[in-house]
Amino acid sequence: MDGGSTIAITSDSDIIVARELGRRVGRELDFSLTDLTIIATVISELARNIIIFAKHGDMIIETIRHGKKVGIVITAVDKGPGIPDIFLAMQDGYSTGKGLGLGLPGVRRLMDEFEIFSETGKGTRVSVKKWLM
Amino acid sequence: MEVPILKQSDYLIATIQAALTDEDLLKLHYALVEQVGKHRSRGVIIDVTALDIMDSFATRTLRSLVHMVKLRGADTVICGIQPEVAFTMVQLGLTLEGISTALDLEEGLALLTTSNNKKRKI
Ligand SMILES: Nc1ncnc2c1ncn2[C@@H]1O[C@H](COP(=O)(O)OP(=O)(O)OP(=O)(O)O)[C@@H](O)[C@H]1O
Ligand SMILES: [Mg+2]
Repeated sequence: MDGGSTIAITSDSDIIVARELGRRVGRELDFSLTDLTIIATVISELARNIIIFAKHGDMIIETIRHGKKVGIVITAVDKGPGIPDIFLAMQDGYSTGKGLGLGLPGVRRLMDEFEIFSETGKGTRVSVKKWLM
Repeated sequence: MEVPILKQSDYLIATIQAALTDEDLLKLHYALVEQVGKHRSRGVIIDVTALDIMDSFATRTLRSLVHMVKLRGADTVICGIQPEVAFTMVQLGLTLEGISTALDLEEGLALLTTSNNKKRKI
């Protein structure tokens, strides 16, 4: 993995900055237009969860190489309240806010690999990968 | 970046020109609901051709906008959703159920005109 870039997420305009960076990194790797749209959408969902539920946090965007495989890794980290029940949070339609409850399960569907760690009172970390096919 | 709203006879046309912050999108929501009342518009077109993504927040905001505009007596058509944006929305589970969509501005206007003519006949 390369050093990657970290973007502090503190307001809704940072979501756009992170999205644009994700697109740029994805374009350099030669992802298709559809994949670039998926990457930007995933960044939007994860960064917005940070703003809404944790107030602030970081988005980390890296490229990854595994033998001949190349991909992008998007990680959202925050020190917010954490998610008490991850199983519930991953269900379509489950939201403790005013959302549609589609962000996390949708991100899982859109990406090739999905990992989530969360501890109540400590924070949340969601890391997802997309491989260039 | 604020979204310009153009008044054309009975209709309002809002053309999104670049990525919008959540705040911009909420502003557009309030502005359209207000202007529909002020101009007694019969229809609203939101042109999202330049929108590079449609996430859960944008979808929820547009849905609520369409419902409020409806309560103010006007129809909304969303036009110009790009194919890759549509593809991503479907995978995310986002739908615009019950909302009229059109390929482009021209088709959107045609759709509004037909639905208004029907209403007038009744
Ligand atoms: N970073 C986070 N910190 C704390 N809780 C979170 C975080 N991200 C998600 N959650 C919790 O998980 C739930 C599900 O998240 P998800 O993104 O799927 O839905 P949502 O944000 O509520 O709605 P939508 O994303 O559709 O607008 C949230 O309602 C919230 O309770
Ligand atoms: Mg969410």
